[in-house]
Amino acid sequence: MATEKSNEMQGLTGNSAVALAMKQINPDVCPAYPITPSTAIIETFSSYVADGEVDTELITVESEHSAMSASIGAAAAGARVMTATSSQGLALMWEMLYIASGLRLPIVLTNVNRALAAPINIHCDHSDSMGARDSGWVQLYSETVQESYDNVFMAVRIAEKVRLPVMVCLDGFITSHAIENMATISDANVQDFVGEYTPETSLLKDMENPISIGAMTLPDYYMTFKKQQSEAMAEAKDVVEEVSAEFAQKFGREYGLLDSYELEDADVAIVIFNSATGTTKVAVDELRKEGFKVGVLRIRLFRPLPHAEIAAALKGLKAVACLDRADSFNDFGGPLFNEVRSSIYDLEDRPKVISRIYGLGGRDYKVEDAKSVFEELLKVVETGTVEEMTKYITI
Amino acid sequence: MANLKELAGKKELFTGGHRLCAGCGIPPIVRLVLRSTDANLVASTATGCLEVGTTIYPYSSWRIPWIHSAFENSAATISGVETAYRALKKRGRIPADKETKFIAFGGDGGTYDIGLQSLSGALERGHDFLYLCYDNGAYMNTGIQRSSATPMGSNTTTSPAGEVIPGKEEWRKDLTRIVVAHNVPYAAQASPHNWKDLEKKAAKALAIKGPTFLNVMSPCPLGWYSKPEDSIQLAKLSTDTCYWPLYEVEDGVMKVTYKPREKKPIEDWLKPQGRFKHLFKPGGDVIIEKIQAQIDREWERLLDLEGRQIF
Amino acid sequence: MTDKNNEELPEGGVIHEGGNADSYETGGWRKLRPVLDNEKCTNCLICWVMCPDSAIIVEDGKMVGFDMEHCKGCGICDTECPPKIKAIKMVSEEEAD
Repeated sequence: MATEKSNEMQGLTGNSAVALAMKQINPDVCPAYPITPSTAIIETFSSYVADGEVDTELITVESEHSAMSASIGAAAAGARVMTATSSQGLALMWEMLYIASGLRLPIVLTNVNRALAAPINIHCDHSDSMGARDSGWVQLYSETVQESYDNVFMAVRIAEKVRLPVMVCLDGFITSHAIENMATISDANVQDFVGEYTPETSLLKDMENPISIGAMTLPDYYMTFKKQQSEAMAEAKDVVEEVSAEFAQKFGREYGLLDSYELEDADVAIVIFNSATGTTKVAVDELRKEGFKVGVLRIRLFRPLPHAEIAAALKGLKAVACLDRADSFNDFGGPLFNEVRSSIYDLEDRPKVISRIYGLGGRDYKVEDAKSVFEELLKVVETGTVEEMTKYITI
Repeated sequence: MANLKELAGKKELFTGGHRLCAGCGIPPIVRLVLRSTDANLVASTATGCLEVGTTIYPYSSWRIPWIHSAFENSAATISGVETAYRALKKRGRIPADKETKFIAFGGDGGTYDIGLQSLSGALERGHDFLYLCYDNGAYMNTGIQRSSATPMGSNTTTSPAGEVIPGKEEWRKDLTRIVVAHNVPYAAQASPHNWKDLEKKAAKALAIKGPTFLNVMSPCPLGWYSKPEDSIQLAKLSTDTCYWPLYEVEDGVMKVTYKPREKKPIEDWLKPQGRFKHLFKPGGDVIIEKIQAQIDREWERLLDLEGRQIF
Repeated sequence: MTDKNNEELPEGGVIHEGGNADSYETGGWRKLRPVLDNEKCTNCLICWVMCPDSAIIVEDGKMVGFDMEHCKGCGICDTECPPKIKAIKMVSEEEAD
């Protein structure tokens, strides 16, 4: 099949690229439950299993809650575990997301971002993964099909190094279903990159010296384990950098914690996640031609939050708009806005920051939308005042 | 069939020092079941008395690999463990020399109610595991709230015997029948007082490849408002009154494994339990009659099925 | 007992020594204490199989006594000791001392 080609350009959708990455990793166990728009990942992977192209044990569970529960059981038993979901599926996993991270299990989950009901909607926004931002999972956001594919490999390495689960996010339908020309990595190189998984502890490792996982911890111990988890999350930032650097060195594609575009001399910038970055970059190019100093900061790593790097990237700017494809329903802007605003608080001469909620439930975000945000920002710079700190756009 | 001397000679895989109540019905069940096989065992446990009482950090009563993740997913969790075992064995990452079997434990709350879906899923997928439900008839760990396994008439903190409503008004869910309807190779009901029957059923279930199920009556002095020393006798009375029939369904064939010589009236089981105290006040007889009628009906139905291929 | 704030504790609250609850005393819960009449005991081991606290000590197939560190004094051993034997009786802790 076409996917056997190595280091060649291929036209793949985000879902097929993720499924291909999973095939090349050939995890031990994959518990899975289908949900739009991530279904094709599981369908494609199921065919790989059915055709013997992987020898992963697939568990077609009866719900996402059980998908994450079985992932936890399998990971605790010492297996390399991967799964995928979206939206309501991630919401149903909720309880188990915290347990996966609290038990320090390096599960890799691809979340194809989709709006949360109600009203029910199958299209892209980031409400699902934004809601899971405090669940103790490392979160990597992917702009393109290429990056989604690459992030899956890096996620395995990151997860196993820091012993925390990792969520790779990509935009539903926009990235998951659109075909993009992208470079694949050979199976051998993938295996070389991800390596063997040999956890230090697991249920099945030493039957003669049995361990107990998931004990009740009372106030005397609980906080110590949470502190360890918090420290692991802090360590994860360095690990993401190291693994990304190694990936760049081996495969030539560079990914940072953040992706800055035309920021160096910019007066104003949009901070954003995932696929909408490309649209915003087009607006930047067009406005730059007209002489406006505008730029984009894309957040690739959101958990842990690279707050110092965000502050450094936005230092010297005059106004910034954080574009959230999710609302916190706090009457104080989206999650990205709140965290970016907080990250730059200690800058001596910090930019004004506004929150713009866009693209909910798959609403189009166009170059004109990005441009109008830049215009607003330029007006803020000109007048020195923010008229509307929080606002829905693309509506 | 092992005798007690042989069983006592085996290693204790479930140690004392746990924090389950004095007179709790769960430990005798677990101790015996863990002894009923020579295979390696790995267990998951749903949130509940058994989990909380046996693994208060940094102590664990389990001398077998053990995992708890949440309340409703003991079956889903063990399905992950069991699948990982097959995957790692296939790939030569764990030794394949000794057979390993898997047990998921859960109380009636974690099994009949919140865990029913994950149990059903794991049974349908055919994982090689035994699910053991210790049925004490309410959410005892959180303070005796009614579950769908709670007996009719029972006073619980969410079905209190009040001035207008006399305790739980509904009949219990028949979970074992639901499990049988999954076409599993083996499902049975057992009780700790009849240790021979329980041991035999556990040994049988653990020897079978595929999903098996044991529903075990588990007396609870706390929630039954009964004397700790009476627990095992109350388990016995639950079978002598036919409230808790002992039977097994193997490859779809029903076998009643205990038929009391003389079926005792349900009052004998109800009376020593404070949760039914109000039924022995004026007007309570109507409810007791209703309970007795339902027990009679179900017992007759069971005897009718005896020896028959029911699935 | 491990240091509760020790950051070197195994990650994720894993207990590496399954069965270490054996070293945790629950004998202090006891109000009544089982006393064995050796003469009457036939070593049927019913008490052993019914004990919720693994507190019946059996050596070479014989009931040799109670593990008072774990026995919670529930009295099941007394109740379950067969009627014709009745080799165990429960006495109050004060009385026993």
